[in-house]
Amino acid sequence: MDAGVVNLRRVVTSTNSMAAGTAVKPMTAVAAEELAAREFASIVESHRPQIFRFLLASLRDVDLAETLTQECFLKAHRNWKHFRGDSSAMTWLMRIAINLQKDHWRNRRLQFWRHTQANAVSVDEASDWLPNGERNAEQQILAREQVAQVWKAVEGLSARQRTVFLLRYMEERELNDIARVTGLSEGTVKAHLSRAVGRVRAELRGTR
Amino acid sequence: MSGRNRLAEVEDDPIVAGALKHFKASVDAWSEAAYSQPRSAVMTTRHTWRLAATWALGCLLAAGSLAGTLYERHVQRESARIAAMKAAIKAVEQRAALVHKTAEQPVAARTNAAQPPIAAKNASNEDEDLLATVDSDVSRQVPAAMEPLAQLMESNGAN
Repeated sequence: MDAGVVNLRRVVTSTNSMAAGTAVKPMTAVAAEELAAREFASIVESHRPQIFRFLLASLRDVDLAETLTQECFLKAHRNWKHFRGDSSAMTWLMRIAINLQKDHWRNRRLQFWRHTQANAVSVDEASDWLPNGERNAEQQILAREQVAQVWKAVEGLSARQRTVFLLRYMEERELNDIARVTGLSEGTVKAHLSRAVGRVRAELRGTR
Repeated sequence: MSGRNRLAEVEDDPIVAGALKHFKASVDAWSEAAYSQPRSAVMTTRHTWRLAATWALGCLLAAGSLAGTLYERHVQRESARIAAMKAAIKAVEQRAALVHKTAEQPVAARTNAAQPPIAAKNASNEDEDLLATVDSDVSRQVPAAMEPLAQLMESNGAN
């Protein structure tokens, strides 16, 4: 194989310019790198808000969520050439984000939540964010109360239950996708989700 | 009832479904606001100071440990030198004590030890006489070839 010539199958197929049966043209290393950089830039642009939203909901800390989002994409950029496209880019990025969150937790030696809660906004403050929509004032107050109750229930969940819950009801991921992202079996995901939603329901019922 | 059915039942609860919908809308609104908010890089300076302080502390610790090691080595060398000096002084003192002890021994004992027995003295005198006789006999019988030299020596001795 020539030193300056590479044949990146993933990059070439992603351009959708290759018809079936057409011979793969070898690309120069520079051209392949440029193409991969453009592809990665578009991935960042489209998925960064979602990753940030997931981390913000997990941590309730804007600065920490921003930092971990940057680390996530930095890590993804370093390993972009190893991404084979077996799963979607979003699944891959979400897995990196969850691992970073776990690492951060471990590095803090179980003081993570203490630190996070010190910097994180309170449940009531987080509940203030609500789009106006077309609701009247009474509905707005009711909605805010419900959001506060969900936050309270989420706060009481274990880390794994919280992750599964947020992936399902905030990111609206399918169960098999959540299983792929978290590395759990689908049955375990269902069990975690059932407990988490049960807790939310109990919280909502308790104040009804 | 399986977990899936339980989950479906809970999700179908209108109050839970409404609360989850509001929750998602709330997080979306918060995330959008936080994402578009510009951020200042105040932490950079603090990180620089922290880094500098860490380096300074590290250098101080390294210098301290090096100085401690050198001091320890110096102390060990000094103690070894002092021990060697003490050992030398002790050896000199022991030698002096031995000399002093030898000087104080009785003179009679030393005299007896110095004088050889009479029988041995007589035997040695006899040996000396015998050797002198042999020498004179041998010197008288000079070979013919050495005769001029013998005469020359005799004449020199006479002069």
